[in-house]
Amino acid sequence: MALAFDEYGRPFIILREQESKSRLRGIDAQKANIAAGVAVSRILRTSLGPKGMDKMLQSPDGDITITNDGATILEQMDVDNQIGKLMVELSRSQDYEIGDGTTGVVVMAGALLEQAEKLLERGIHPIRVAEGFEISSRIAVDHLEKIAHKFDFSATNIEPLVQTCMTTLSSKIVNRCKRSLAEIAVKSVMAVADLERKDVNLDLIKVEGKVGGKLEDTELIYGIIVDKDMSHPQMPKQIEDAKIAILTCPFEPPKPKTKHKVDIDTVEKFQTLRKQEQKYFDDMVQKCKDVGATLVICQWGFDDEANHLLMHRNLPAVRWVGGVELELIAIATGGRIVPRFQELTPEKLGKAGLVREKAFGTTKDRMLYIEHCANSKAVTVFIRGGNKMMIEETKRSIHDALCVARNLIRNNSIVYGGGAAEISCSIAVEAAADKYPGVEQYAIRAFADALDSVPMALAENSGLSPIETLSAVKAQQIKENNHCCGIDCNDTGTNDMREQNVFETLIGKQQQILLATQVVKMILKIDDVISPSEY
Amino acid sequence: MAVEKLFKDEATEEKGERARMASFVGAMAIADLVKTTLGPKGMDKILQSTGRGHSVTVTNDGATILKSLHIDNPAAKVLIDISKVQDDEVGDGTTSVVVLAGELLREAEKLVGSKIHPMTIISGYRMASDCARKALLDRVKDNKDNAEKFRSDLMRIAMTTLSSKILSQDKEHFAKLAVDAVMRLKGSTNLESIQIIKKAGGSLKDSFLDEGFILDKKIGLGQPKRIENANILVANTAMDTDKVKIYGARVRVDSMAKVAQIEGAEKEKMREKVQKIIGHGINCFVNRQLIYNFPEELFADAGILAIEHADFDGIERLALVTGGEIASTFDNPESVKLGHCKLIEEIMIGEDKLIHFSGVEMGQACTIVLRGASFHVLDEAERSLHDALCVLSQTVNDSRVLLGGGWPEMVMAKAVDELARKTPGKKSHAIEAFSRALIAIPTTIADNAGLDSAELVAQLRAEHHKEESNAGIDVITGSVGDMSALGISEAFKVKQAVLLSATEAAEMILRVDEIITCAPRKREDRM
Repeated sequence: MALAFDEYGRPFIILREQESKSRLRGIDAQKANIAAGVAVSRILRTSLGPKGMDKMLQSPDGDITITNDGATILEQMDVDNQIGKLMVELSRSQDYEIGDGTTGVVVMAGALLEQAEKLLERGIHPIRVAEGFEISSRIAVDHLEKIAHKFDFSATNIEPLVQTCMTTLSSKIVNRCKRSLAEIAVKSVMAVADLERKDVNLDLIKVEGKVGGKLEDTELIYGIIVDKDMSHPQMPKQIEDAKIAILTCPFEPPKPKTKHKVDIDTVEKFQTLRKQEQKYFDDMVQKCKDVGATLVICQWGFDDEANHLLMHRNLPAVRWVGGVELELIAIATGGRIVPRFQELTPEKLGKAGLVREKAFGTTKDRMLYIEHCANSKAVTVFIRGGNKMMIEETKRSIHDALCVARNLIRNNSIVYGGGAAEISCSIAVEAAADKYPGVEQYAIRAFADALDSVPMALAENSGLSPIETLSAVKAQQIKENNHCCGIDCNDTGTNDMREQNVFETLIGKQQQILLATQVVKMILKIDDVISPSEY
Repeated sequence: MAVEKLFKDEATEEKGERARMASFVGAMAIADLVKTTLGPKGMDKILQSTGRGHSVTVTNDGATILKSLHIDNPAAKVLIDISKVQDDEVGDGTTSVVVLAGELLREAEKLVGSKIHPMTIISGYRMASDCARKALLDRVKDNKDNAEKFRSDLMRIAMTTLSSKILSQDKEHFAKLAVDAVMRLKGSTNLESIQIIKKAGGSLKDSFLDEGFILDKKIGLGQPKRIENANILVANTAMDTDKVKIYGARVRVDSMAKVAQIEGAEKEKMREKVQKIIGHGINCFVNRQLIYNFPEELFADAGILAIEHADFDGIERLALVTGGEIASTFDNPESVKLGHCKLIEEIMIGEDKLIHFSGVEMGQACTIVLRGASFHVLDEAERSLHDALCVLSQTVNDSRVLLGGGWPEMVMAKAVDELARKTPGKKSHAIEAFSRALIAIPTTIADNAGLDSAELVAQLRAEHHKEESNAGIDVITGSVGDMSALGISEAFKVKQAVLLSATEAAEMILRVDEIITCAPRKREDRM
């Protein structure tokens, strides 16, 4: 095909350098793509659910990550295959949008691809399959809406939120203390939430980790933690009712942006310059002092001389504080970030009830706690754990839990977890299939089968026999018309998810189904893969 | 099909059984590596660095050994990491934590081999570790209220810690040093204020604790060698030529005469600065930065002892002990706090001259001078002492104490065994395995001492069957002995950290069922 002939019979080349490109076309291309997608999803399949396993990833630099979070696994996996990359994107977008269910979405997409392959083998056109999937995804989403429950929570009654966060955390390594971590997550979200507007700005929640101690020591701090210490070792380690000047200018003589030179050619000039310099330092410190600041937080470093002057005037200071942290401090303390000394005014100072330095362990690790801030709408989750990987994994888990709590505040509808929602959807889609004439019917049935694969994977990972369990639960759902039945992963003896308190957010589930369908549609539409062959 | 090329070139993927195997094998290899260093009769390792000079370290410290290993196995890295954290957090038990984690994984491997799911093992381990911790908590002793007893507790802990190190010959001496030093800190865990100076020569026994402060510097020429009732100004300021800090300033002259003038002005400036410093009414000046000859001479003229180039830690400590503040500007002599001490003199240790500050105001800091035959001995001695200091300072804050010599492990193992008997289901196998892993620690201690471990541990077990037994392994006589009579103690905090982090690490490795290794980043060839 790469060679065509014009009307005179002369050949001309459409696609150059055939031998250096490999090309897959038609059904082969689709099969190859599907196989790649399925391979990626198979990697994640064993991570699903409370009994899911972790993956150990070694980065190009030799660093180790141990995680259970789908998005993280895929991101660090070094996937080279184009379709594999699509799956990575898929999980990432779920992560950005919802924050949780990143494994589920990939497993779902993989299952859809497997089903699609079977249909293709029967000779159904890929576009028809894609359309069928589209129809059924709409049915499933509508059905989810129907079976969703609204639940009530308020600033005082956070129990339902905690329960949902616990579901999220139970699949992570931190499930040992999921209760306390879930409470921390919910409390921190409630602290920053705007319940009127139903919005949560997760930027206000900072998650900090420090190796050492144990997971149970993880705490929520209504304030900010900065991984810095006082610039001078002899400055006070604790300041009460601090008034904080937040500066982004260095304690140094000004450096004009325009290039200039100061020429010294006489002794007098040399001396005036020196005086000038001393005055600079003095003025700077004086200005901070004048507005009544009792703590200076500076984005830049300062000179030994300035440091001593600050110490001398009894003005504790912290240097080299990062931009993001500076912003958070400003938000928390209600202060303003001041770019120039001249602009310092008392109103621009931030206020905090207590600023203290805390030392950890035997090394000289110190951290600065800024607590009881004027505007308590910035909180920090401070994680402790046995090792670095544990901390990282806990950070990711907390992030997921925070996202779930946020989603619930935005939209308080929930569906039941443990595969219950998927099974219920599968039944609904199956029932709807018969109403569609035409080839799509097959695709819709296939979709229902694909939905089953999520609870199936759950059962498999929990050491139950998948087909038996699934069919039992399905029968129970239909017989009792109870869409709360799911897989009993924790072997608690009941498969009513309402009793087990396993919830997931409605938007999370909906998004999973929609995103997975979209990606599968995209993959099915590809019928030609041209790639440079290996060399 | 295309699936073969899912990953980038050179990226590898290990799945299921193979992945688990790889991590078990790696973790156990690491554990076995440090296993022989455990206990009072543990052996040392020689580490040769690959850097220039191939410098050699001889050590017994688990964290130090593991830190210098170049490991490619991911699971092994997890173990190294926990050992490092243990070092940072409590300072001691770095070997134990790795050995315990390794044993836990060894037991887990057997269980996985008999078709028990890793998740079941993990939940069993968790229950066991909770139970073990409770068992320890039940048996801790706390002598915080009784100062004398507390001190003897500290002594015992220090001796136990030191007994496995190179210092074991003189452990009583060093234990006393360490306890004295830590007691001076008065509850703070800031070990920076304990300075350790190493001087080759003499024997380890000659090491001593100095109540004052020793600075490893020489006194400037022509300056007094001995000052009584010294007023000290601790400074961090440039005493070479004071640079003009205003950006873009430069000297531009058109004749030689002007150069001379400027030079004169510079000198004048320095003279002024020195005058200002002298104006503080001091007779000793310690600077962190260099002091050039010119100001040094000025100081000598004024009869002031000037010490240059003290390192940053030294300055901080000096400020801490003498109660002065670190100054950088000298315009307000009345408000700068000066440090005081009774006597400054030059002393000789071995062949080196050092400056000794005695009779300091704040007694918080102190100096330990280590003497020893070679640098390797000194380095190892410092590490051992550091371990002891860490443990002691942690114990001062958390004064709960346990007995040593395998006693805590046996107590835990007993409690865990009982739990296993009560637990229905497959978990009980895992709990049993946990207790076996705990017993592996006394076994290793006995093995390393060349004793009949099977016999001893069995005896120990029988002994512990009685209520409130104090039995542990007495390595010296090679039999089971009463640990409280022998005075072997360990800090509760260390044991707890060992237990928790080892379980955590084992759990983490067990949960893994797939290892994906990315293609190593290409190093640019520098050759």
